[in-house]
Amino acid sequence: MLRRILALLLRELAILWRNPRSRMVVMAPPILQLFVFSYAATFELTRIPAGVLDRDRSPASRELVARLEGSPNFGPLLAFATLEEARAALDRREVAFVLHVPPDFGARLAAGRDAPLQLLLDGRQSNTAVGILAYGLELFDRFGRELAARHQLPLPAVRLEPRAWFNPNLDSSWFIVPGLVGMLSMVVVVAVTALSVARERELGTFDQLLVAPFRPLEIALGKLLPAILVGLFEVSAIVLAARLWFGVPLRGDLAFLYLALLVFMLAVAGIGLMISSLCRTQQQAIVGAFLFLAPGSILSGFATPIANMEPAVQLLTFLNPLRYLLVVVRGAFLRDLPPALLLDQLWPMALIGVASLACAALMFRRRLA
Amino acid sequence: MKEAIRLENVSRTFPQRGQRIVAIRELSLSVPVGQRLALVGPDGAGKTTLLRLLAGLLAPDTGRLRVLGRELPAEAAAVQAEIGYLPQRFGLYDDLTVAENLTLWADLYGLAREARRERLATLLQASGLAPFQNRLARELSGGMRQKLALAVVLLRTPPLLLLDEPSVGIDPLSRRELWELTQRLVGPETTIVWSTAYLEEAERCERVLVLQEGRRIADGSPAELRAELAGRVFRLVPGDGRPRPWFLQFWRHPAVVDVAVRGGALRLVTREPGKTAGLAPDLEPVAARLEDAVVARLAALDPPSPPDPELPRPPVRGPEVVIEVQQLARDFGDFRAVDGLTFSVRRGEIFGLLGPNGAGKSTTFRMLCGLLPPSGGRAEVLGFDLSRAARHARARIGYMAQRFGLSPDLPVRANLAFAAAAYGLPLWRRRRRIRELAEAFALLPVLERPTHELPPGFRQRLAMAAALVHDPEILFLDEPTSGVDPLARRAFWYRIARLAEAGTTVLVTTHFLDEAEYCDRVLIVDGGRALALGEPARILADTRARHPEVADLEDAFVALLDERRRARAA
Repeated sequence: MLRRILALLLRELAILWRNPRSRMVVMAPPILQLFVFSYAATFELTRIPAGVLDRDRSPASRELVARLEGSPNFGPLLAFATLEEARAALDRREVAFVLHVPPDFGARLAAGRDAPLQLLLDGRQSNTAVGILAYGLELFDRFGRELAARHQLPLPAVRLEPRAWFNPNLDSSWFIVPGLVGMLSMVVVVAVTALSVARERELGTFDQLLVAPFRPLEIALGKLLPAILVGLFEVSAIVLAARLWFGVPLRGDLAFLYLALLVFMLAVAGIGLMISSLCRTQQQAIVGAFLFLAPGSILSGFATPIANMEPAVQLLTFLNPLRYLLVVVRGAFLRDLPPALLLDQLWPMALIGVASLACAALMFRRRLA
Repeated sequence: MKEAIRLENVSRTFPQRGQRIVAIRELSLSVPVGQRLALVGPDGAGKTTLLRLLAGLLAPDTGRLRVLGRELPAEAAAVQAEIGYLPQRFGLYDDLTVAENLTLWADLYGLAREARRERLATLLQASGLAPFQNRLARELSGGMRQKLALAVVLLRTPPLLLLDEPSVGIDPLSRRELWELTQRLVGPETTIVWSTAYLEEAERCERVLVLQEGRRIADGSPAELRAELAGRVFRLVPGDGRPRPWFLQFWRHPAVVDVAVRGGALRLVTREPGKTAGLAPDLEPVAARLEDAVVARLAALDPPSPPDPELPRPPVRGPEVVIEVQQLARDFGDFRAVDGLTFSVRRGEIFGLLGPNGAGKSTTFRMLCGLLPPSGGRAEVLGFDLSRAARHARARIGYMAQRFGLSPDLPVRANLAFAAAAYGLPLWRRRRRIRELAEAFALLPVLERPTHELPPGFRQRLAMAAALVHDPEILFLDEPTSGVDPLARRAFWYRIARLAEAGTTVLVTTHFLDEAEYCDRVLIVDGGRALALGEPARILADTRARHPEVADLEDAFVALLDERRRARAA
C-alpha cells in the first residue's frame, strides 16, 4: 500500500513540476501574494495630503502647523484662506483632512483657557479617517503637554501611555506577513487538490487510475499528500522571507508551528478534494476553489478583525480552519507559543479536518462508483 | 477548365509548448470546378487545417491560396459568404427542434421566405428528417445529426462544399445515406472537398488526396492509384478457416507489403508484381482496392521495421469463460444506452464489440471495467463484479482507454514506470520489464521524450505497452484504432493477434466494422441492443443467406439494421 501511494505521490509531483500551467498555479500565488500584501496592503499612513485653515496666525498656531508639516505621516500641506476653499478641496479629494484653527486659539492659550481645534475629515474613506484621527490626536496631545510644561500649567490628570506589546512599532508587515503564511497554505493546498482530479478527468487519465488496483483511499492520499508537501515547501519559503526579508521575529517553537500547519493543511486538502470530486473540468475546479477561498479568507481575521463582524457571521468563522491557524501563526511569530494556546486552536482544526476528510472520502468513493 | 481551388506552396504551422508543429507542408494543389475530392489521412495529418485554410478561417504562413477566384485570406469574408463549410462540430442548437434549426439558419443566411419554403421541404424530404422535424436536435442519433448539419449547410446552394469528416463514427447505413444525400442535393458544378477516415468512402470520389504529417502521400483518381498495384494483390482462403496464423506469418514476410483479413480470407499486397514464390500455394490474384494502394504507399515511406521481439509471457491457466455478461443494461436519465446485452468471452479469444458511435459499446465496455455501475443485469470479469470488487481482480486486467490515458507531461519511461509501480511490480522487475516493453513496442528511441511530443502512432503503442506492463489475463481496448493511419491499424492488429496466440484474452471495441475480421467472435450492437453475435464469417454467411448482395460485414450490418427497422415498423 505504501509503495503504491509513493508511486502516486511521485507521479503527481512530477506532473505538477513538468506541466507549465500547473507550475504556474503552484508558483505564482505565493510570490504574488507576498509582494502584493506586504507592500500594497499596509495599514500605515504616510504622506497624507493635508490642509490647514489657520484663522489665528499667532505664534502658537504657527508652531502647531509646523509640527503637522514636520510629521512623516502627513504630506504636502495646503493652506486655505476660507472655510469654503477648505470644503471644496476636501470635496475634490485634494486633501484627506483639514485642520481648522479658530481666530482666538493663541489668545485663549495665552490666557490659560481651553483652546478648541477642529479637524475636518473625509468620511468617505473611513479607514483613512480613523487612522488620521489617531495620528492627529497623538500629535495634538504631545503639543498640548509640551506647551503646558513650557508655561508651567497644570497637566491633565489622566494620561494614557500606549505601549504595543509584541509589535512595539506597530509595524503592519508584522501583522500581515505571518497572516500570509496561513493564507498561502490555504490557497496552495486547495488549488492543488481541487485541480488534481479535475485535470485527470479532463485529460481522461483518471479512468486509467481507476482500473488499476488502487483503493479509493490510496488515490485520495496520492492526491492529498503532494498538495501538502508543496504547501509545506512554500510556507517554509514564506517563513524564511518573513524572518530574513521583513525582519519579523520568530519567537515561538517551529515544531509547534509546523504541527499546526500540517493539521490545517489536512483539513483544507479535504475541502479541496471535495471540490475536485464535484468538478468535471479544471475550469469548474478553479471556480469551485474560488467560491471557497474568497469567504475562507475574509471570515478568518486575516485582514479584518473577527470581533468587528456581525454576531451571526462570527459564528460562521468557527467553521473556518484558517481562523485557528492565524492565531497560531501570529502567536508563533510575535510572541511565544505556549502548548496550551496551541492546543486550544489545534483541536477545532483537527475536528474540521476529520469532518472534511471523511466527507471527501465519501464523495470520492461515490464518484468512483 | 476553371479552377475552384488553387494552392501554391502553402505551409501552415502551429506553436505547441515552445515548438512549431507543421500542419501543412508546402502543399500545391489545383482543384477544377465540379470535382469531388476526398481528403484522406490519419489524425494530425493536416486535413482540418487544410479545410480551415480553404474556408478562410486560417491564414497560411507562406504560399498563395485562391478559392473561387478570390485571394485568401484577403477576401475571406467574400469567400465565406459563398462556400458551405461543415466543421467537425457543427453549430446545431441542441434545444431547438430539427425544423427550428433549419429556419434559424435560413434566417441567419438571410434566405427569402418564399424561396426557402421549397428548399426546406426538399431538404427535409431528401434527408429523411421529415418525420422527425419536431424532435430536439440533442435527441437525434449521430447519423441524423450529421444529416441535419449537412441540410443546414445546403440551405443555400454553395459552389464549394468543405466537409470535415462528416461521417466519422456514424453507422455505415447513415454513412451511405449521407453520401447519397450530398450527391442528390448538389449540382454537378458544385466542387466538394470531403475529408474522411474511411477509404471505401474516398473510393467513391473522383480524386483522392492522401495527407500524412502535412505532406501529400498520394494524389489521383482511385483507378490511377489502384493501377499501381496491378498484379500485386492476392487472396488466400485458409483451408482450416483460421486466418490468424496466416496473418501473423505474412505480416513478418519480407516479400509482403500489406496483409489484411477480409471476408474470412486474407488479402495480401506483394512488394513486386507476380512475386509470390514461397508465400503460399493457393494465392488467387484479385483486383486492388484503394485501401491496398494507400497502405502500400504508406509502407513504402515507412521502411519495414525488423519484426518485434517476442514478449515473454507466463502460461495462463484458469476457467474457460472469463467474461460473463447477462441482460446488462444501463440508463442515463430516460435514455437507455445499453438494453439487455448477453454474451460471454472465452479465454484466449479476441472478442470484438462493434457498432457505430452511440450504439452503447463504450458504455458496455466501461461497465465491464467497473468504471460505471450497471442499471440492470450482471457483468462479471474473472468471476468478479469489477465495480465493487476486488483490487486483486483489477490487477489481472489491462485497460487501454479510447482517449490516451497516460500523462502527457511525463516522459515515456516515467509513464511506464508508474504503470509498473501501480500494478505492484517489484523494483527489480521494473527496469527489465520497461526494457522488454520498449523493445516489443518499438519505443526505445523515445523513452526519455515527454509523452506529449509523440506522434499518435507512438502514443497508441505506448498506451498498449502500459496496459501490458503486468501481463494481464484480459486486455480491454476501447477504440484503439480510431484516428490512426491504416498501416498503424494493421500493425496494431498484428500485435493483438500475437497476444491472443500467446493466450491473452482481448476485448476490443471499434467502429470500423471491417476490423471485426481480426476477431474470433464479435457482438454487433446498435441502439444499445445486439444485432448479431458470433464468428464474423458465420454472421456474414447467415446474412448472405437472406441477402445475397452482401459482400462484407459492413454490408451485413446495413442489412441487419434494415431488417430490424422493418421489424419494428411492422
